[in-house]
Amino acid sequence: MAVQKSYEEINEKIRRGEAVVVTAEEVIGIVAEKGIEKAAREIDVVTTGTFGPMCSSGAFINFGHANPRIKMKKVWLNGVEAYAGIAAVDAYIGAAQLPENDPENKVYPGRFTYGGGHVIHELVAGKEIRLEAIAYGTDCYPNKKVESVITINDVNEAFLFNPRNAYQNYNCAINLSDRTIYTYMGILKPRVSNASYSTSGQLSPLFNDPHYRTTGIGTRIFLGGGVGYVSWNGTQHHPNVPRSEKGLPLGGAGTLSVIGDLKQMDPNWLVGLSYIGYGATMAVGIGIPIPILDEEMLLYTAVRDEDIVCPIVDYSEGYPYSKPMDLGYANFKDLKSGRITVNGKEVVTTPQSSYPRARQIANILKEWIRNGKFEITRPVAPLPGADADIVFKSIPQNKG
Amino acid sequence: MKNKIVCHFSAAQSEQPIVYHLVKNHDLVVNILKANINPQKEGFLVMELEGSKNAYEGGLVFLKEIGVRVEPLSETILWDEDICIQCGACASFCPTEALAIERESMLVSFEDSKCVVCGMCLDCCPTRAINLYFEVREAV
Repeated sequence: MAVQKSYEEINEKIRRGEAVVVTAEEVIGIVAEKGIEKAAREIDVVTTGTFGPMCSSGAFINFGHANPRIKMKKVWLNGVEAYAGIAAVDAYIGAAQLPENDPENKVYPGRFTYGGGHVIHELVAGKEIRLEAIAYGTDCYPNKKVESVITINDVNEAFLFNPRNAYQNYNCAINLSDRTIYTYMGILKPRVSNASYSTSGQLSPLFNDPHYRTTGIGTRIFLGGGVGYVSWNGTQHHPNVPRSEKGLPLGGAGTLSVIGDLKQMDPNWLVGLSYIGYGATMAVGIGIPIPILDEEMLLYTAVRDEDIVCPIVDYSEGYPYSKPMDLGYANFKDLKSGRITVNGKEVVTTPQSSYPRARQIANILKEWIRNGKFEITRPVAPLPGADADIVFKSIPQNKG
Repeated sequence: MKNKIVCHFSAAQSEQPIVYHLVKNHDLVVNILKANINPQKEGFLVMELEGSKNAYEGGLVFLKEIGVRVEPLSETILWDEDICIQCGACASFCPTEALAIERESMLVSFEDSKCVVCGMCLDCCPTRAINLYFEVREAV
């Protein structure tokens, strides 16, 4: 390839304030206008963005010790339980956790107006959070009960650690049954009356680096309005799925586990969500910079909505009971237009992920890099790629 | 003229073909926006009536004569732009495109004058940015 740039060269330009940074939307027009080689020579970094519900998210918190000391057995933040099965005053609050007394789906469909994601949002917003903890008491930790009110400034550490974010691709959800169903893809009207999707398409991080060439362990990213890092592949990372000619996965595929200091994040980019009939979760904002090392990387970032397809999946039976059904694929350009065709029928599309917010993230990250306050990182280790031999496992049935 | 009204029925009135009479005898275009009518129970009907001024007023007189309580539509949907994350899920449920996505920017907007207060958007908004407000009627 004619163009070769190193991470160090690009960072040197960022430090001098000379790096050319564009968003994953803007790059499309630039490549069309200037051609691959010229554009690859000029552009140093392409920024991506995504902002949507990501249930596999949460935060580790160290509350500091009480006097007398306590080894927390159970802990609640605004009535939402955080996992305390780690050291004395450490806990993990999960985005999908519900308050102890939530009516759930007892009156169907349940409202799920508050959960762990809402707690994290309020914590980041600097609001007061009610802390309750109980313990059995030991010689070293005699305290059996703590009740207090805290803010994020009162705790030692609070860091977001999300086991699975930024799904590379996702299903387009429909409902083949005769009744309305309530899912994590939102309300699905009966007899295929809407089709729900969740991706930022041409702006989405892993659609712009489909083979995880520059996104790996240690990659510095935009996370929740602050700076974070890719910590590992995400759970259910399954890169060896069928892919299009351009290398884009035709289904789920790669995921990321990400980490970052909650204290420097922004509540606008970590928002608690309520899915009727399903549960509570959190919208997470993620933006990943893609260094243009050569023409190949530029070609990846020039991906357009029309190049991206996602599988259409029935959520009345196909998904819940893992029944294979071939319902075809939806093109992301069509999904964004508001209508797609399923089995010859025109269907309204329901987005779950916010495209305007994804665009905003890509622009914020662009400004950070342009202003020299955010440098790109060479991955410490790569993520398992499309040639990995990963088998997608399920829970064994009828054992024990 | 065109106007949105709420009709409250007694249990007995809910058996009558009121919409039929409005169309047939008063030459009104009736668009039912929301209804809760069950045999032998009280109910309500939110509808938009369209026709000449005479026809509209005639229709209202007819409704009042048979004892239906008619009120202007006083419920309002409020969209809180600060809480909205612009996902756009609501727009696909809105029957009148009061909540709509501008496809170039993918931004959501709300046009109050198009809203018929059906309430479909309330359940599908994951940030609860959409709320229903209504004026409290004085006790009869």
